[in-house]
Amino acid sequence: MLGRTANGLYWMFRYIERGENIARLIDAGLRMALTRSGSSDEDWDGVLQSAGVREDFDEVHGKLTGADAIDYLLRDPANPSSVMSCIESARNNARMVRTALTRETWEATNECWIELKLALSKRVKPADMPEVIGTIKRCTALIRGAFHGTMLRDDIYNFSRIGTFIERADNTARILDVKYYVLLPAIAKVGSSLDNMQWESILRSVSAHRSYSWVYDGDYSATNISDFLILNDRMPRSLAYSYDKIVSNLGYLAKLYGDNHAAHETASATLMLLRSRNIDDIMEQGLHEFIEEFIVHNNRLGEEISEGYRFYR
Amino acid sequence: MMSADSNPRQPYENYHDWYEGQDRARLIAKSRDAENLFRKTGITFAVYGHEDSSEKLIPFDIIPRIISGREWRRLAQGIEQRVIALNAFLDDIYHKQEIIKAGRVPRELIERNVAFLPQMIGFKPPGGVYTHIVGTDIVRTGEDQFYVLEDNARTPSGVSYMLENRETMMQMFPELFHLNKVRPVEDYPKTLRQSLASLAPPGCSGKPRIAVLTPGIFNSAYYEHSFLADMMGVELVEGSDLRVVDGKVKMRTTRGYEAIDVLYRRVDDDFLDPLTFRPDSALGIPGIMDVYKAGNITIANAPGTGICDDKAIYSYMPEIVEFYTGRKALLENVPTWRCSEEDSLKYVLEHLEELVVKEVHGSGGYGMLVGPTASKKECAAFAEKLKARPSNYIAQPTLSLSTVPILVNKGIAPRHVDLRPYVLVSDKVKIIPGGLTRVALKEGSLVVNSSQGGGTKDTWVLED
Repeated sequence: MLGRTANGLYWMFRYIERGENIARLIDAGLRMALTRSGSSDEDWDGVLQSAGVREDFDEVHGKLTGADAIDYLLRDPANPSSVMSCIESARNNARMVRTALTRETWEATNECWIELKLALSKRVKPADMPEVIGTIKRCTALIRGAFHGTMLRDDIYNFSRIGTFIERADNTARILDVKYYVLLPAIAKVGSSLDNMQWESILRSVSAHRSYSWVYDGDYSATNISDFLILNDRMPRSLAYSYDKIVSNLGYLAKLYGDNHAAHETASATLMLLRSRNIDDIMEQGLHEFIEEFIVHNNRLGEEISEGYRFYR
Repeated sequence: MMSADSNPRQPYENYHDWYEGQDRARLIAKSRDAENLFRKTGITFAVYGHEDSSEKLIPFDIIPRIISGREWRRLAQGIEQRVIALNAFLDDIYHKQEIIKAGRVPRELIERNVAFLPQMIGFKPPGGVYTHIVGTDIVRTGEDQFYVLEDNARTPSGVSYMLENRETMMQMFPELFHLNKVRPVEDYPKTLRQSLASLAPPGCSGKPRIAVLTPGIFNSAYYEHSFLADMMGVELVEGSDLRVVDGKVKMRTTRGYEAIDVLYRRVDDDFLDPLTFRPDSALGIPGIMDVYKAGNITIANAPGTGICDDKAIYSYMPEIVEFYTGRKALLENVPTWRCSEEDSLKYVLEHLEELVVKEVHGSGGYGMLVGPTASKKECAAFAEKLKARPSNYIAQPTLSLSTVPILVNKGIAPRHVDLRPYVLVSDKVKIIPGGLTRVALKEGSLVVNSSQGGGTKDTWVLED
């Protein structure tokens, strides 16, 4: 496979994942705004931070308002991580790697772009938000479904999956990084309604407010939420699950190509770390530091993969 | 579709009966379905210079253009003769130049031509084939009366529309294919692949590795490039994927550099090799011409074939065909005035309002004057351009093109069309029974180019 094709697949799936996660963040933000009495504009501050665009936002908008934050996250072409920009980039990458995709996967991606371009052509009215968020989730789910249902399990599949999970691990880690203070046991006033709402918002932004209850018998606690998002290997958006998938897909590539790269070592080391630590240790030694370090390692892994498989010249 | 006595022409008889039984509203709805199908598949093209409408659909008309088997056989013979002559002509001008010595084509027209590549002099491409893929633009003016409008020997495009149009028609109107025996075109990608593989370079040992070279996703024909690579099951590469390593052209893969033996390039000569041609080209591969000349890669079509697309060369085609095949050309040329010749220029300037004037290197319908539909002011402005650079232009009469029906809101209406059959050349010449029918959608218009508001139709060659 061409290095450029591997690169295109990797980024196509990173962008699809990112677009979907941004939509989830907006969804969680809207929910917060609905359940909180009084002004909620400061909640959007956290959402913009989780999306990694807080400073860029300030360059475009003087003052932070919920409506502007939503618009910036949803459809601003100046924001490379807006949902529309992500889907646009995903589709451009898909066009570039068109020959590597099944017709179904390409068409789902193309239709996602066509549909969202229409839905996001104008500023979305608050009343239409639920429908628009629903459309984004449905369109990206269709891509995923077509992809899983029709693609050969070869290196094309592996690079796509690696892109998905590098991005997902990054996104989950960012959410934790921005909200880490809410999860600190010392500060957390257990049972206060404010914390419950914050915690639920974290879970909602990874679509896990229901599944959490199944695993941890309903009670919200900082430790359990951190455990769920970091170490639980059944939670499809946790760091441990993401790394399990990255390592296994890198493993298939090593087997297929008959060689290992720095990336294999980095990914395995991170997975080992996630498997060997327990949540109490992590909380005790500093959740913030742990997450920061994780993000650095995750970025490095991305670079090592791109180098090892000759994504560029 | 209809003959003078207002009965359906023979090849249209079955279609006409079927059409009479159709509900028009349903057909119009089907037309919209077809458009959605094209949009969903992403069969779009980029129009240069349109910022916000960067992707467009080529309008598709659901009424097929039908050609009888008998008429096709005549046409195919003429095309085959012409394509053989084109290859012989290319071989000659890059070797012995007998046609120049015989005084049939002026030397300066060849040697001063920007599409003539001195780098190709004395070099024989693998298998002696210059133009592997040819698209010959043809118009029909009446029963068994065909004219060649131009030859596309460099990088003819549009074959993906031929294939997708057929696919769409078969999905939407399967019953029509029971009523009519339509010759298949679906084999094209397979035939193209075989034809490319059969012309592997001398330096290739084993099974030849084939790739399609595209300028990238922002090129207007990118869809076609990816479509052909996909259908043939070969790599789609860009210049930045390739580099010359150990005397071979190799592509950068996830496991290192791997050699390519046959490159179906959809990049113009100028951009192919920055070391040989345009130094600012980022689309090409530095050093590929050396690899080519050392016999380690086949480039299809060969560099330097674009000279056949030149409209001044075109005007000599009757002589060229006769010179190399020893027989009169079976297909007629449109009478052409070369404005470089004083008498012709004078005639053209005096009859601008009756003529079509084209740039010799132009394509895509850009930079031409259609006299009968142009305003006085446009004609006057064009006359100035003509006088300033006469050798840049040729002129032709407007032919009374035959029309075919298209579906409009009120029913069917006649429109002018042309036809581009596709020809594959290896050790033999294969003509795909069908082609791309382009249709001028504007009433009375003669310009069929997609960049100028033209559409396409499925083209049926009947088995009879």
